[in-house]
Formats: sequence, structure tokens, C-alpha cells
Amino acid sequence: MIGSILASGLAVGAVYALIGVTYNTMFSASRVISFTAGMLGMLGGVFGSLFILRLGLPVPVGFVLTMGCCALVGVITEFVAVRPVLKSLDQHLYVLSTLALSLMIQQLVATEWSTEPQRFPRLFDIGSGLLDEKFWLPIVACAVGMGALDLLYRHTLVGKAFLAIAEDNFAARALGLPERNLRIASYALAAIIGAFAGFAGGELLLAFVANGALLNFYGFVPVALGGLGSNRGAVVAGLALGIYQQAANFVVGGIFASVAVFAIFIILLLAAPQGLFGAPAVRRV
Amino acid sequence: MSGVSDAVERVSTNDVRERLRNASASMVPLVAIFVVALAVPVFSNDYWVLIASRTAIYWLLVGALNLVVGFAGQLAIGYVAILTLGAYVTTILSAGNVSPPVPPVIALAIAGVAGSVFGVIVGLPALRLRTFYFAISTFGFATIVTQIALAWQSVTGGGIGLPGPEFPAPFDTRSGFYFLCLGCAAVCTWMTANVAHSRFGRALVAIRDAEVAAEAAGISKAKLLVMVFVFTGAAAAMAGGLFASLQTYITPDAFTFDLSILFFISILIGGRGSILGPMLGTIILTLLPEFAAPLAAWSTFLYACLLLGVVLAVPGGIAALLDFRNRKPLDQHRAIVPRADVISEVLRPSQMKESLTLSDIVLSFGGVRAVDGVDLDIRPAQIHGLIGPNGSGKTTILNIISGYYRPQSGEVTVGGETLPAGRPATRAALGIARTFQTPRIIGEASVIENVMIGGTINGCGTFAEALLMLPRGRRDEAMLRQMGLLVLRSVGLDSLADVRADRLQHSELRFVEIARALMSQPAFILLDEPAAGLAPDEIRRLGELIREIVRRGVGVLLVEHHADLIFDICHQVTVLNLGRVLAAGTPAEIRVHKEVVSAYLGG
Repeated sequence: MIGSILASGLAVGAVYALIGVTYNTMFSASRVISFTAGMLGMLGGVFGSLFILRLGLPVPVGFVLTMGCCALVGVITEFVAVRPVLKSLDQHLYVLSTLALSLMIQQLVATEWSTEPQRFPRLFDIGSGLLDEKFWLPIVACAVGMGALDLLYRHTLVGKAFLAIAEDNFAARALGLPERNLRIASYALAAIIGAFAGFAGGELLLAFVANGALLNFYGFVPVALGGLGSNRGAVVAGLALGIYQQAANFVVGGIFASVAVFAIFIILLLAAPQGLFGAPAVRRV
Repeated sequence: MSGVSDAVERVSTNDVRERLRNASASMVPLVAIFVVALAVPVFSNDYWVLIASRTAIYWLLVGALNLVVGFAGQLAIGYVAILTLGAYVTTILSAGNVSPPVPPVIALAIAGVAGSVFGVIVGLPALRLRTFYFAISTFGFATIVTQIALAWQSVTGGGIGLPGPEFPAPFDTRSGFYFLCLGCAAVCTWMTANVAHSRFGRALVAIRDAEVAAEAAGISKAKLLVMVFVFTGAAAAMAGGLFASLQTYITPDAFTFDLSILFFISILIGGRGSILGPMLGTIILTLLPEFAAPLAAWSTFLYACLLLGVVLAVPGGIAALLDFRNRKPLDQHRAIVPRADVISEVLRPSQMKESLTLSDIVLSFGGVRAVDGVDLDIRPAQIHGLIGPNGSGKTTILNIISGYYRPQSGEVTVGGETLPAGRPATRAALGIARTFQTPRIIGEASVIENVMIGGTINGCGTFAEALLMLPRGRRDEAMLRQMGLLVLRSVGLDSLADVRADRLQHSELRFVEIARALMSQPAFILLDEPAAGLAPDEIRRLGELIREIVRRGVGVLLVEHHADLIFDICHQVTVLNLGRVLAAGTPAEIRVHKEVVSAYLGG
């Protein structure tokens, strides 16, 4: 039992962690927390199933197309729901604009794709039982994703520019960084991370429209607990959340497991609103 | 003297009457909608009565939720959770699944009580969490409640569901039930309108748009929000009970998250801080799928488009489109002419005989000692000037006195009593009012409403009294309005009383802030650069105004860069540099103080 809790817990936890990183990437670029993060995870699964199973494309082509389509969704998010409200960030209109866009995405998928969970293709067909690829693939994806992000941020100029924007937007602009283009790129990058999570977790979570709202919530929990903007916090909290959720699943059953997750989320957040690894609150006066 | 007073009194009473008439004029469209709604069963068939019932039920919830979302600005996107709870409580109690059957009307009342308790639980995170965090926590509640309804089969019937409650005669017919729903909606509208037009409604908007100023006015966010959550929870749960009866059969599927979105979006499309707007929003969104049947499957998509459109194009919603009064151009060449003589009408002679004293205050931010062992003594009936270069710690000291910052050592006392550090909302009741370096104004509220915020703690009616418009609540309202007009007259802005505050010039906003500070009859006023951005003759009038305020026994702490104003009106001056007191004394002493001249004044 412990084996299956660990296997499935780490697997879903890895997906939650990557969705958390998606939230963080968008936040770093624009100070906007976007409701589209979970939708991108859902789209990763849906597009994957669409390209590979329904259209019969080879796996690598399907993967690239999925990433491309989702990156496009990310860029659209920036143009439609983020850029127009950046001027009045203090009014929190972004909550509404990104909520509206995510609802549109959800309804489009529900009508044009299906409201029922659809099968996701088997990608490598390696392993069975607890070592089945549906369990290890998301974990590997999370490790690969984090490694790639680390390389990007540390060893490339673009990555350093991302960090500069996240650290101090005004100073970065004063130095002549193309803030607007970098923001668009960040949204594309965030979308790819989210889609990657959904694609890698596709065999576990299936290509299911309801995953969008689900991942919005379960992907935000690690962000809130790990501290907004902290990717490391998101990964630690995401994996812990996955294991906790699966353990609760085995102990008290599916539905009360989500009650358990929600209760712990609210309690921890009320105790430490900045998250466990977060920065202290900004001055208001 | 008494002649002036009488005249002011008379004029104010007339003004008050006129404004009350305006307030009832704003009720006319609401009443008209209800009259039309009453006629629905006469002119149409059962189907439309059903639709109208549904609209009334939705409005019962949305109308109350409007206080949370529209007025207080809390992004509660998951209120379907309370609708679900109310529906199941009413149904289960009247069906007798777990207890002997209860009459449906009583079950509905019990659901209301349960809803108000649950409303507080759902709302509590709002006291600590901001915006997106709160939104996602209400979203979580919405998901959880449906899942529990699905899982708890023995009580809720699980996925199979339960037959909804049937209300007894005369509510057992289509139109009878409709009138029940409409009656509940009307009562709810009346109550929310009462709250909206009371000091509690204004305080909610203040929390939304100028939270820091709200705290300085003594508004406790936690208390206020909890009261609103109780009311909204009760209304939402009762809407749930009626909804269950309307559905005739309830399953968890009936309470989709889309419903929550409908409630939330109705308010935003209608416009924040309005009642008519969200009501029209609810009617439009509920009827939209009826008129465009092929679009029914796309209704959520449509709502989302509407939401995006409203956010991007008309952030004020329908209410802003209907706000004709604030499109009239203002007089371009208006001058602020404070009437110092009216101050004696505004302020009672202050009874405060003790000083506001700071002793050995230290506060560092990281490695920077922003305030480093400062002593200060602000006496009643005196103006104490606080000057110094930028970054010398002037505003920090103001923020320590008014409780926003907690000093690392030292204390602030009034007459030997220590003021609680780090609790800004306690200051208004202790007789300390303030203005801000950047005016903290509620742009969407009128000037008089902004000023009345300052008098929030002077009201004596409770939230319940305001809700039901009982005499004490009404008296508070009349008193605050009259006082507000008088204060505006004293600072010379009475002609702009009904104008939206965001249409005013910067200099006028400075005087609005002073007016707001005067509303609470303070013993001490802290002014943070009140002359910044003012024209020379405005500065002169400001000086006269401050002098007159001090004549009533009020102690003033004046942070300023205009040396002329400081030396002109202050009794005592303290000069700060790098967080320390460089010099203190009378203006004449300071003007010739060597270090002050070289460090700050120049010469």
C-alpha cells in the first residue's frame, strides 16, 4: 500500500508542482496570478490525445504540436487577459480577466472535444505495476523541467533577463531590456511548462476537461504553501501535497481526501499567509 | 454667533432633506422593476413564471453577495457552495431524512441560520488572504460541498438526489411560489440598500478602495466583514431552499460551478458599489439563454466573454453607463475657500488637556535606522511642526503614532496611557486622526461619502439596526450627513459634495482628507504634507484653517516641506535628520539654528 501511495502520490505531486511552476513563471513576469495555469495542464493532455490518438500523428510530432499550440494559448493570454489590465494592477482586475479567459478555454474544450475523460496514448510502453510509465513519467518530467529551467535561468542571457524582470521590473526596463517581449516569452514558456505537465501526466489524469479546474486548485496549493514565486517551494510542496492526497485517498476514501487537502490548505495558509518559503508582506503605508 | 449657527443648521437640514429625496429617487428604478415583476403572472404563462421565479431566487443570492463582492471588493467566486448547503438543509429537514419532518418554511429558516454560520466559515479566509488566494479558497469550498453531497448518500441521496421541498398553501401554486420568491428578493433588496446607504456600506467600500484610510478612520475590517458574511450566508442559503423547491428534484449536478460564475459575473457586469446594476446584470444573464436558445450550451462562454468585455472596456459596469449625473462638466475655475468661522461649528472645544508624547522611539528597516531615539511632545491647542530632509523619518514617525508601524523600542502615550502599537484601527477612538502624503480617497464614492467615512465611529446604531433601518440607524445617517456637509463647508468644498471624488483636483483632495479627519472630532490631527501641490494662496488659506482648528483645542502635528508655512503657524518645531532629532524649539530658535540652516534650510 505504501508503495502505491508513493508511486501515485509522487506522480500527481509532480504534475501539481509543474502547474505551480507555471503559476510562478507567469507571476514573475507580470505580477499576475493567472487562472489559466490549470487550463494549460488540461490542454496538454487534450492536445496530446487529439494529435496522437485521434489524428494518429507520431508521438514526437504530437508532442511538439502540443507544446506549440499551448505556447500560442500562453501568448494569447498575455495579449488578451494580462496586458490590458497591467496598468491597474492594484485593482486586481487580472483575477477577473484571466478567470474569464480560462472559462472560455474550458467551455471550448467541453463543446469541441468532450465532457467525458478520453484516453491518452501510451508513449513509451515501459514498465508495469508500480513502475508503470504513468507513474514515473510525470516525476521524470518534473525533474527534467526543473533542470531545464535551472539551465535557462543560470546559463543563458534570456534566462537572466527573465530573472531581472522578476526581480525589479523598473530597473530592468531602465537598463533597456525589452520588457514587453520578455513578458510574452515568459507566458509562452509558462504555457509550455503547464502543457508539459499535462502531457507527461496524461496517462494518469487522462484527457479530461474537468482537469482544468482541478489543476487550477491543486496547482495553486503548492504555490500558496511554497510561497508565491518560489519554484523550489512549489516542487517541495507539490510532491508533499501529492503524497498527502494519495495517502488520504487510501485512508479515508476519494471524496473526503479532497476535503482533507482543502482543510490543510486553508489551515496552513491562515497560519502562514506568505507560504512556508515565501517573502514577507510588502509595506502598505 | 447663534445666528450663524442657526443659519448653518437651517441650510444643512434643507440639504439633508434634498439628499434624502435623491436617495429615494435612486430607489425608483428598483421599485419599478418589482412592479413589473409583480405583473408577470398576469400577463404570461407558467413557463415565464418559472423563469421569473428563478431570476428572483438568483437575485436573492446575488443581491446579498453584492455586499461582499461589489461593495467590499472580496472576490468570492464560489458562493454556489452556500446555495447548495441551503438547498440540502431545507430539503433534508422537510423530508425528515435525519429527524422528524419539519415544516418547509421553518426548514428554510433553519437553512438560513446554517447558511450564516457557513457563510462566516467560507468568508473567514478573506480576513487574512488577499484577492486570488481568497478567490481560490471559495472555489475550493464550492468543489468540496458538491463532492460531499455526492458522497454522503445516506443523507443526500448521493448522485440519485432527493425530491425538493414543497411549500404549503398559498405558496403551492406556480404563481404563489413565485410571489414567495419575489417577496424574499424584495426584502433582501431593501436590506442591502439600507446597508449600502449606511455607514457600514460606506465602510465596506472604504475597505475595498482605501483600506489604509479605513483603518485610520477606526473601521475594523474583521468585524464588518463577519457581519456581512452572516447576512449574505443567510440570504444565499435561503435562496438555496427556494431553489430546491423550484427544481422539484435536486442532485449535486444541479449546483455546477457555472452557477457560481453567473452570480459573480452578474455583480461585475452590473458594476461595483451599485444595486440597480447587479440587479439588471442578474436579469440579463438569467434571461439570456432563454432568448437565444441555440446558445444555451454556450452560456458560460457568453458570460465569460461579457466578463472580459466589461473588465477591459467598462470597468464600472452597467452602473457606470447609467451614471449620468457625473458626466456634467464641473466648473473649471473653482477655488477652495475654507471658512475658518465654520470650524467653531464643526469642532466642539476639545477637552483634551494631556499631550501626545513619543519617548525614545527606535525603528529600523533591515539595516537602516529610520527612526533612532526620537522624543516628541504634541500639546493640545498647539501646532507642532516636523521638518527635515527626505528620508529623515518624518512620515515613519506619523505611521508609528497612527499604529501602522510597531517601533522596536520606545512608546507613544497620551496622558500617560500607552497606545497599542501596530493597531491602526484603534486610533480614531483614541481621538487621533490623520491625512496621508498621497491622498487615500475612494475615487468611486462622492466627496461627501468620503468625508462621512471619517465619522464612522461616531455612529451608535448597530449593523442590524442599519439593515432594518430602525430609528437609531436613520438618526446616525442624518447626523453624519449633516456633520459631513458642515465640515465640507468649513474646508470650502461644499459645492462639490455630490461629485465623484476621482473627478477632483489634487489640491481639493488634500482638503477632502482634512475634512475627513475633522469628522471624528479628534483631539489630535496628524497632517502629512498637506501643502504639497497647493498654490500659494491655497497654502495661506490652509494655514488659517489649521490655526482655527487649533483654537478649538486640537493638537496638530504638521509634517511639511514649506518652511514658510511652518515658521508662520507653528508653536513648536522639531527638525529631524537621519532619524534623529537635530534640533527642537520655537520657530524663532530653529530659524537661526546653525546645523539646521546648513543641513536643511540653506542660507
